[in-house]
This record gives sequence, structure tokens and C-alpha cells, in this order.
Amino acid sequence: MSIVLEAKNIVKDFPGVRALDNVSFQLKTRQIHALCGENGAGKSTLINILGGVYPHASYEGELIMDGKEIILKKINDSEHLGIAVIHQELSLFKELSVTENLFMGHEIHKNGVLDWDAMYSQANEWIQKLKLDDVTPKSRVGDLGVGKQQLIEIARALRLTDVRALILDEPTASLTEKETLILIEILFQLKEEGTSIIYVSHKLDEVMRIADSVTILRDGASVGYSEISDITEQDIIRMMVGREISEMYPERDSVRTDEKILEVNNFNVYEHFTDKVIVEDASFDFKRGEILGLFGLVGAGRTELISSVFGDPTFRYEGEVIVEGEKKNIKSPYESMNMGITYCTENRKESGIIPTMDVKENISLAFLEDFKAGLAVDENKEITSANEKVKAMSIKTPSLDTQIINLSGGNQQKVLLARNLIGDVKILILDEPTRGIDIGAKQEIYVIMNELVKSGVSIIMVSSELSEVIGMCDRIVVMHRGKIRAEFDNIDKAITQETIMTSATGMERKD
Amino acid sequence: MELKETKRGSFSLKKINLRDYMMVFALLAIWLVFSILSKGSFTGPRNMSNLFRQATFVGILAIGMINVIILGGIDLSVGSLAALCGGVLAVLNVRLEWSIWLSVLGCVLTGVLLGLWNGWWTAYRRVPAFIVTLAGLLVYRAVLLGLISGVTVVALDEAFVYGVAVYTLPKAWGLILGGILSVVILFFQWRGRARKKVYNLEVSPFVIELLKSIAVVAITALFVFWMNEYKGIHASMFIVMVLFIVVSFIMNKTVFGRHIYAIGGNMKASRLAGINIKRTTLLVFALNGFICAVAGIFLTSRLDSASALAATSAELSAIAACVIGGTSLMGGIGKLPGALIGALVMASIENGMSLLQYPVFYHNIVQGLVLLLAVWFDVSKKSEE
Repeated sequence: MSIVLEAKNIVKDFPGVRALDNVSFQLKTRQIHALCGENGAGKSTLINILGGVYPHASYEGELIMDGKEIILKKINDSEHLGIAVIHQELSLFKELSVTENLFMGHEIHKNGVLDWDAMYSQANEWIQKLKLDDVTPKSRVGDLGVGKQQLIEIARALRLTDVRALILDEPTASLTEKETLILIEILFQLKEEGTSIIYVSHKLDEVMRIADSVTILRDGASVGYSEISDITEQDIIRMMVGREISEMYPERDSVRTDEKILEVNNFNVYEHFTDKVIVEDASFDFKRGEILGLFGLVGAGRTELISSVFGDPTFRYEGEVIVEGEKKNIKSPYESMNMGITYCTENRKESGIIPTMDVKENISLAFLEDFKAGLAVDENKEITSANEKVKAMSIKTPSLDTQIINLSGGNQQKVLLARNLIGDVKILILDEPTRGIDIGAKQEIYVIMNELVKSGVSIIMVSSELSEVIGMCDRIVVMHRGKIRAEFDNIDKAITQETIMTSATGMERKD
Repeated sequence: MELKETKRGSFSLKKINLRDYMMVFALLAIWLVFSILSKGSFTGPRNMSNLFRQATFVGILAIGMINVIILGGIDLSVGSLAALCGGVLAVLNVRLEWSIWLSVLGCVLTGVLLGLWNGWWTAYRRVPAFIVTLAGLLVYRAVLLGLISGVTVVALDEAFVYGVAVYTLPKAWGLILGGILSVVILFFQWRGRARKKVYNLEVSPFVIELLKSIAVVAITALFVFWMNEYKGIHASMFIVMVLFIVVSFIMNKTVFGRHIYAIGGNMKASRLAGINIKRTTLLVFALNGFICAVAGIFLTSRLDSASALAATSAELSAIAACVIGGTSLMGGIGKLPGALIGALVMASIENGMSLLQYPVFYHNIVQGLVLLLAVWFDVSKKSEE
């Protein structure tokens, strides 16, 4: 079998971190090659090198395509060679239509005049191929759900006439089960047609199902390569973390009390201006010492509900919120933070990190008032507290004054956790705390959550990962299309995935 | 103004890159060129003293502007606002014959209130700062014109005008002041370094730290001696120094200052971190209004009059000073010493070209090109990284 794309002895340094240390990698024709590794293992860096995001001169080593060395100076160079990359973070133009997005940079035109008819009809074909039911070529991309946007992004890369190597970075992170199946079907079809695929994913069951071979990275080095038939999920995990994970979810005795720390009654959330209903008549309560799971598929309204309860003004909301027995009218995050409620966003880049600040400043940001001495911020106190958090959460950073953008995704996530815990916190809302981070970091976050609950913090966890919700939560509230559909007590961890999925998809229960 | 040479102690080696010092080198290069062309008279004590005085007005405005830009906004109204504040001062003092201190109070109140007005529309009515302050640029200038009925108001309180615009510190005072300043800066520099070591943070090598200290003392001393060579340190320079120290403190040491940087860096994230964005925005514009009033007082005193055309397009000079000094118009990034260097660069070009008797239209051409080059340098540096 011939080799399409090869990376040889790649070394790439970032300030303070060696991201890739002598990594080699081969992609064979008509293969789906999975790339696994923890966050910070170097997967994204490798992808960015293959995609020409990091120009040729910024790293050591060589790239070979069809036996000849290639030099990528910019992203266009890789596209011309037929290498298409779909990054984890979407890069769509939200204000533009599906068609405009699909053809951005590769418009069909005659002497500079756009041929809209041709583009619309091609866009239509893609929409049908991707089974995007209620989408039209003129739909504004920003109005679509995240899952659908992801599929549009994929179509955009595939639309290039001759994609020889397709690289997907965590493509299913925000897809529903159904959308994932569509994607996998498309990938198999592409493979048949002769495209080779690099598939980066944390979801090992997916990897086992669709990949032909797998390469495992750890701490910037390549630690293993195997045909998928010669390897088990446990082997991959062992190689990724360098240790055996016997139990994914750490044991914990529930410390739930009967005291209602938060009660939400008849809560509605609307879009500003259009008044479109996003969450309808939601009521739930939350007990002190509990980990409450808020589960739903993408678009169910989980984030919108919980962030509105928190006071985020992105949406208009009304309803009764009772905190520790007192009725409150929370109008801004500032007010809920004064009551000891903090919110850790699902979208690190957009509403989480402050990219212009360093690790210390990012950690201390939310509770800066606590470090005041007189008029000024007492930097002594600030540094000491930030340092404690960095150690307690084993955040991997060269120093406290490293810019946060130089940290890996998992470590950025831990910085955000630290930010929301550095003060006096009673209720911690975690929105998709483990999205897009690797198994090792996930486990670390689960352990931190358990310790927090023991120390008296009550946690609401919003998640779209079923096993995580069942493994971690004392009770699970399930949402579907803006409504709370069901609530399950999970104190003995006996709920099945099917039971929850049935409610989350709005199906009638048969029993 | 020599403070701009002295970095806070809390700087790591990596941050002491070319970019931070580039504009200092550029400034020195400009001085060298003019000095050679003018056969030394540019860098003479007399001209240097004038140069620093010329830089003060834009320098003061830049001290206010930088916060607005770091917040992610812009204030186009500062020229008109400073002129209006100056006009209020003159009208109260001259036409209504209020005492000078009441007039100053009226002037400052005007600045703060109109700053709040700008901030209120931006923060609470969510009109983009560009539009709010563009409206301000037109409105405040027109109000000024109506207020003075188109006639220049002259002859303010003599003692006050003398104090602000003419008075120089006795030479001994200048030396003492310079000494105190050096000691304070060195204290913070070395304490900051010691502290970083305690917490295991990166520190720059001892030698570099020592060189910085020597540079601080040398530059402060040179400045004081040079000014004393002519008439001594000017009152207006003193005003800038005080403003610089106070605003530096606000920006770097207070919760409010940190919030400004955070909002400019990522507004959504700042909101979720419980930062009151509206109030912070309001206060930043109010602070800028206050600083405009100070600039207005200074301007009116220096001219000993208030006219309808005073400080026309000063907002652009203030923005240029900030940007030349490395402030990002995207928000979140910027340092006060840089903005003052920027103001000095602009003033040096103006001063040097007048001294060499180039026609006036050349001044703006060169200033414009320097602005362009400074930002180009910044951008290309960043993309290298």
C-alpha cells in the first residue's frame, strides 16, 4: 500500500514547551488513520503542520507527499496539494448563508461575476448528501445548531475537487448520534473514492469502529502505531496516559442533603428581538452537596437555561429563582457571583479565556476583589492563591506569567476551573467541563469535582456525554427541545444510557 | 517623563523584547537626526525644554485615551471636549468673574459630566463608542462656539496662568524630585524582582536588571540636569508626571485597571467572570473626561485664551500617540509609558521640523508616515511570533 502523506522527524517548539519531539507519521492510501493522544500531546500541533498553519520555517523535519518533499509556507499551499483540514474550532462566517460559506474562497464565477445558480444548486446537493433536513442554501449559518454548522464545515472542505488527504480534528465533539452516523457514512464513502483520512478523536469507540490504523502521541512524542485489528481500546488508553485506567469515574460517597440550595420555577428563556422561545417553563431544584446533571442533545437548551439562571444577558429570561430559600432576581453574572454562584463556560475560546492575559491574571480575574489591600491588588496574595490552584489542579504551565494562549486546551480548562473556584463558592456550574479534552485530563477534572463536593461545593454539570453524566451525577435532569422531559435519581448509578436517551430524544417510553 | 524608560520590576526576559523598546530607539534616532541637522541646537537645553512642554498637551490626552482604547473603544471627542472645558474655565473666570478655583471646579465638572455622557451612551445604550464620541466631537465644539459666541476669551487670572503655563520649579527642587523619583522606581523594581523569585517566577538576569536601574538613574539625572540647564522643570511636566503616576497605579495595581484590560481582551469572558462591564465602561469614559478637563485647563492657560478652534483634531494626535506606543486598537493591550513615548515622538517631529524651518505641511506628512511605520513594525513583529 502506498503512502500518501508522511511527516518525518518533526520537532516544533513553543515558548517554554516542546510541542513535538521528533515525531514521524505515515498516512497510507485509502485508509482512515486515527490520531489519539491526551490534550497537550501534540495532535493539534501536528495537524497544523500538515495543514500549513505553521509555516515550513517554524519547525524542524520534513513533509513528504507521494515520495517528494513538500514545503508548506501557508495554508493555501496545503489546499493546492489536496490536503484539507477541518479544525475543532469552527471557522464559519456566521452572518453569511450556507452557500456563501461553502464556496468562500472558491467561488464559481465567470470573469469575476458570481454564478449564483451554479453555487445554489451545488449547495443543495451537499445539503441533501448531509441530510440537513430544514436547511436551505440561503439559510444563515449563525441560525443553525452547532452540529449542523460542523457538517457544513466538513462539506466546505470536501467541496474542494481533489482532496487527497482529509484531516478531521474532533469532528464529532458537538454532533448528535444521528449526525455522527451521517458523518461516518460520508467518511466511508470518501475512503472508497480514494481519499485518505486522518481522524483525531477522543472517542475511542468511534476510533475502533471506523479507523484502519492508529498512531498514539504522548507528551509530544509518538509512542505507538498499530493496525486497528491488532489493538484494543484498553491498549490505546494505556499508551495515551502511560498508565492503566481501571476506573474511568472515581468512586465517591454521595454527600447530598435534603436542603434545597437552588430552586428554579417556571423559567422561560427567549431570544432577544425575535422572542423565539428557547426554554419553556423549566422547573427544577438542586440540593446542597449534590452533583446534578443537566443532560440533553445539542440544541436542547441546556446551556441557555443554566446560563440565564446565572444571569448571562445573552438571552431574555423570566421565572422564579430561589437561592438558599430566598427569592432572587438575578440580572447579571455579577449578582450571582456575589451569592457564591460561578459558571464555567462551554466555550473556552469565545467566552472563557482572556487571550491577552497571563495564567495568573486569568485565574484571579473573577475574584480579584478578594485580593484587594487598600486601593491596590495585593500581588503577593494574588500570586500565592493562583500558585496554590496551579498546584492543586496540576495545571501544566511553565510559569504563572505565561500567556494563557500558550497552554494546551485541557490546561486552559483547568485555569478556568481555578478562576471559578478561587473565591468563596457555594454553587459551581460546569458547562461541558470535559469537552474536547483527553481522558487523562477528564479524569483529573472528575477527581477535582469529587473533592469539591466533599468540601461543600454543590455542582451542576451540563453535559452531552451520557456515560459521564451517569458516572458522575447524583441526579439527572433531561432536556429536549427547550423543555425538561424527565428527572432521574442516580444515587446508585443504576440508570441505563437507553433510559436517558429515550427522554432526550423525545421518544415515548414503551413501558 | 523619564519614567517611560523605566519598566516596572515585574518584567520577564521574554517580554523585554525589541518591540517594547523599539519606540525608545526610534525616538532617540529621531533626536539624533534632528540634532545633526540642526547642528546641536535641537538637543540643546532650551529646545528640549520647549519640546517637552509641547508634548505635554497630547501626552495628557493620551493618558486618558489609552484606557478607552485598551477597553476596546475609542474616543474621538477629546479634542472638542478639552477645548470646551478650557472654554468653560475662561468664560466662568473672565466673563462671569468667578474666582479661578471655582472656575477650575466648573471646568473639571464639565469634563467629568460629558465623559459620563459619552460613557452612558456607550455602556447603557450600546451605541458604538466611535459613533457616540463622533457625535461628541461635533456637539462639544459647537457648544463651545455658542458659549464664547465665536469671540476668543482672553486674560484669565494672572497668577493662575503664570503658575500653570510659565512657572518652573526651583532647580534644587528639581534635583530633589528627581532623586525621590529614582529611589521610588528602583525600590519597586527590586522589590518586584525579589518577590518574583520567592514565587518562582521568571526573572530577568541580574545584569539586565542592574542595567535597567542604572538607566533609570542616568535618565532621570540627565533629564533634571538638562532642564535645569535652561529654566528648570516646568509646572506642566510636573502635572504630566503626577497624572502618569496616578493613572499607572490605576491601570496596573487596581481591580478597576485589571478589569479594563480584561474587558478589552475578551468581553464575553469578562462578563461571565462577574465583571460589571457597563460600570467599568462608564468610569473609563468619566476618567477620560476628567483628564480632558486637565488638558483643557493646561491648554487655556498656555494660550491665556479660549478660542473656538483650540485643540482641533487633537483626538487624532492622542490616538496616534497611543498606537505608536504599542497600544492595540483591538483592545486588551497597551502600556502607559509607551503612549507617552508616542506623544514625544509626535512632538519631536513637529518641533524638529519647525526648528529646521520646513514648511508646515511636511510635519503632518512625516507624522502620518511615522504612525504607519510604527504599526507596521508592530504587526510584522507579531506575525513573526
